[in-house]
Amino acid sequence: MTDVAGSDIASLVSRNEQTILPEWLELQKKAGTLNTGRISEGELQSQSQNFLHLLRDALAKGGNDVSNPVYEPAKAMLNDLSRSRALQGFTPSETATFIFSLKEPLFNALNRDQTLSPEKIAATVWTTTLLLDELGLFTLEIFQKSREEVIIRQQREIAELSTPVVKLWDGILALPLIGTLDSQRTQVVMENLLQTIVDDEAEIAIIDITGVPTVDTLTAQHLLKTVAAARLMGADCMISGIRPQIAQTMVHLGVELNVISKATLADAFGLALRQTGRTVTRIKKGEWQAGLKPKAGEQGA
Amino acid sequence: MPTTKTERVEIRQSDDVVRVRQQTRTLAVEVGLSLVDQTKIVTASSELARNTLDYGGGGEVVLEILDQAGRRGLRLTFEDRGAGIPDIEQALKDGFTTGKGMGLGLGGAKRLCNEFSIASKPGEGTKVIIARWK
Repeated sequence: MTDVAGSDIASLVSRNEQTILPEWLELQKKAGTLNTGRISEGELQSQSQNFLHLLRDALAKGGNDVSNPVYEPAKAMLNDLSRSRALQGFTPSETATFIFSLKEPLFNALNRDQTLSPEKIAATVWTTTLLLDELGLFTLEIFQKSREEVIIRQQREIAELSTPVVKLWDGILALPLIGTLDSQRTQVVMENLLQTIVDDEAEIAIIDITGVPTVDTLTAQHLLKTVAAARLMGADCMISGIRPQIAQTMVHLGVELNVISKATLADAFGLALRQTGRTVTRIKKGEWQAGLKPKAGEQGA
Repeated sequence: MPTTKTERVEIRQSDDVVRVRQQTRTLAVEVGLSLVDQTKIVTASSELARNTLDYGGGGEVVLEILDQAGRRGLRLTFEDRGAGIPDIEQALKDGFTTGKGMGLGLGGAKRLCNEFSIASKPGEGTKVIIARWK
């Protein structure tokens, strides 16, 4: 097969830019790139023109191999484009269409060119196909990577968000656990709880597992470690929210939680109040109403 | 024994343990197990899936809904091609572990199910089958 120099394709692009660009834009529009309204026509046009120039420059410098350093500017531009489209919610095929739809206008321009021999055209088509395929795959790879970054960031956010330590009363903290306790999240939970114990000078921490669907040996082990660490810091721990089916399962499993445990958070809170020398009492109806009324002297005009 | 539904879940990373639990729970609900029995088999599946991952180096689980003359049940088959267990009796003993866990998983899984069988050859892998009947 005849060798094709990148500069040949570059001059083809230069000579035919006035037809390639509109055709390419038309194809992208037909593929629905603008339909979602996430990108304006002007933006698309400047992106397309920009890329066509970068591609032409790279080709002119003699590269028809994407790994050649002369392609760095073009790749950097594709990188930004792919990344921003991934975040804007474009699908992978919508993103890759940007590159793949360039083939048809390029081939049309080739076919219109009277000066080239059929062999030369065939060889150029092949070289261009290889080149654009690789750039298209590069776009997809970046797209995928950006999406994964989003997922990882969200995972981290979930891990931090879903483990709040709440203060129930002076010296009494509650840690309502929700979801699965895999090891990474347990680490966040432990750190949060221990830090809050220090900050609030807490005496009692209640770990509520109402929102934990399955308590297996690993979960139990994590709970016990958290309890042990809290104890070392001088806080007593209680576990609440153990549902009947979980209790039965834990007995069969042979797990012993050597901590005070209560069925509900309310029970555990009541016990915590008693242990810190407080009680909750019901007062008579008249008394609390009187307590709510502003005193005579404070009444405004 | 007629199986009315078969599903397969790969166990390659710790997220997969969560998927095994969710799948087990879905099928346990479909079989019509009581809430306590659901929780039991889900917990057992969690233990065995983690064993498959941590000690077997990954593998897969096949979940089957069984129908034996109108009596329905759920059977899970965990299989790995890991190092295998040299002494099964010892492995089933509470408190025995070669890792960092509590050493209750395997024995606990056995107590949580109606049927339990384990086969293992050192160097070839391990297969654990559990079942819970309605």
